[in-house]
Amino acid sequence: MSKLFSKENKEVLSSPLNVNNPVAVQVLGICSALAVTSQLMPAIVMGLSVTVITAFSNVIISLIRNTIPNRIRIIVQLVVVAALVTIVSMLLKAFAYDVSVQLSVYVGLIITNCILMGRLEAFAMMNGPWESFLDGIGNGLGYAFVLVVVGAIREFLGNGSLLGFQIIPQSFYDMGYMNNGMMTMPAMALILLGCFIWAQRAALEKKENKK
Amino acid sequence: MNALRKYLDKIKPNFEEGGKLHAFRSVFDGFETFLFVPNATSKSGVNVHDAIDSKRIMSFVVIALMPALLFGMYNVGYQNYAAAGKLAEATFWEIFGYGFLAVLPKIIVSYVVGLGIEFIVAQWKNEEIHEGYLVTGMIVPLIVPVGAPLWVIAVACAFAVIFAKEIFGGTGMNIFNVALITRAFLFFAYPTVMSGDACWVATESICGLGYDLPDGFTMATPLGEAAVGAACTSSVCDQVIGLIPGSIGETSVIAIAIGAVILLWSGVASWKTMFSVFVGGIVMGLVFNQFGPENNAVAMMPWYQHLVVGGFCFGAVFMATDPVTSARTECGKYVYGFLIGAMAIIIRVLNPGYPEGMMLAILLMNLFAPLIDYFVVQSNIDKRAKRAIKK
Repeated sequence: MSKLFSKENKEVLSSPLNVNNPVAVQVLGICSALAVTSQLMPAIVMGLSVTVITAFSNVIISLIRNTIPNRIRIIVQLVVVAALVTIVSMLLKAFAYDVSVQLSVYVGLIITNCILMGRLEAFAMMNGPWESFLDGIGNGLGYAFVLVVVGAIREFLGNGSLLGFQIIPQSFYDMGYMNNGMMTMPAMALILLGCFIWAQRAALEKKENKK
Repeated sequence: MNALRKYLDKIKPNFEEGGKLHAFRSVFDGFETFLFVPNATSKSGVNVHDAIDSKRIMSFVVIALMPALLFGMYNVGYQNYAAAGKLAEATFWEIFGYGFLAVLPKIIVSYVVGLGIEFIVAQWKNEEIHEGYLVTGMIVPLIVPVGAPLWVIAVACAFAVIFAKEIFGGTGMNIFNVALITRAFLFFAYPTVMSGDACWVATESICGLGYDLPDGFTMATPLGEAAVGAACTSSVCDQVIGLIPGSIGETSVIAIAIGAVILLWSGVASWKTMFSVFVGGIVMGLVFNQFGPENNAVAMMPWYQHLVVGGFCFGAVFMATDPVTSARTECGKYVYGFLIGAMAIIIRVLNPGYPEGMMLAILLMNLFAPLIDYFVVQSNIDKRAKRAIKK
């Protein structure tokens, strides 16, 4: 048991959340991060879907990695991811129909998410199933973390609500407060994402300088 | 003037290294160099100095903006009194005073927010204060409707200064015109206060001047009327003088023309850019008159009217000629200006969502200005290379 959570494995799980964040540091998966973050709920669902799919596709590919012929490995990876995406998409349609309508094509487009393919190529093809699982969870959560932060800011400033509940009271609006329409547009998501990357890199630099 | 110089010299030690107000040295420095031309010279190398530095250039632009500002104040008062039906009873000073009180807070907010951020950044990065905001801060109140709330202007100024200027490295490094980014942010973030027909006339009395208008009072701009296909309520003559609803400083062609003369006479703005913007607008206006859809009222607007309504003149004179964001090569200025004029009319006519195309046209061409410059420089290089090979 202690081996399962050895120091390296903890590192595998935690580094994508921070120093190796797939969105903020490697700048992957930007497209969907701009598209689904206009509200918090779809951002959370999208983040969780990607986490689950990355984790399990990592495990599956890692299990069969020695039997995959090197030439057609991308196709095999795609088949595995596509199968998982279809399952998640169907589950969403069955149990969270409204959100799946909001996410529309972006659930299907998880297949082409660079984070997934990147993890499969760079990690799952060379590591055991358990490490791959942790890596998938870590990267998925790192992606979800960025999505949730951006989604929360955009929904709060753009609609005055979080998860659909009105946060800014009516009295504010009576005094002349207005929702910021720009926040609901993808342009602002790009700017917020830029700010996020800026803040994170500044923080990392500070940490490194201290060392 | 001498007394001021003496006073500055007296308080100067406080701001130097070790002085008790050292934290505010950039603020002091900014004011000192604004009031007096610094006599410091560079220590190394050969440098050519113009007698006029960038703070003096900025001051010229601010002076050129004054006619538009003063007329805008009068017009704000005029629109309010006219809407209340009390125009005949009001004196000139009542009308102007009302407009003055309505516009002044916007100017103060714009300067306090924008310069505040500039001062903080200068202090933080240990640099001198950049002078660019002197002009931006004066333009911002002129290109918003009088109904725009102050806090909205403050948010937009902060956004524009941080994201359009400081991120790129401060004055002179920005890709986009900062004042226009302020307006674009307002336009997309708070469309209800920036467009439509409820924001163009001040509706509250201030300090006993002016009249409270009933809630929901609306008055459309000429472009707003044309966009919905309604007949124009103002004559072309009114539109030239500027007694029409619109953003504060953009309505009067005459006041802007005075500003244009000041800018051209002092050599601050390029006549090439200004001229070609108007040419672009006229050409595109004529094209739409000839070939435009019959049922589109904006397309059928005569070309001279296109030039006098909306922000066309203001944009051509004060925004397109911004030396930082416009094309820098002399040939490039013609292309840059022409495309701004043409794009402005195209957006006006073909996109019913944006009745005023000037803002978006200038921002779009800001983006392409370096590309235009590149091609001009490159064609010159090619030409000379060919000449060299022939021999």
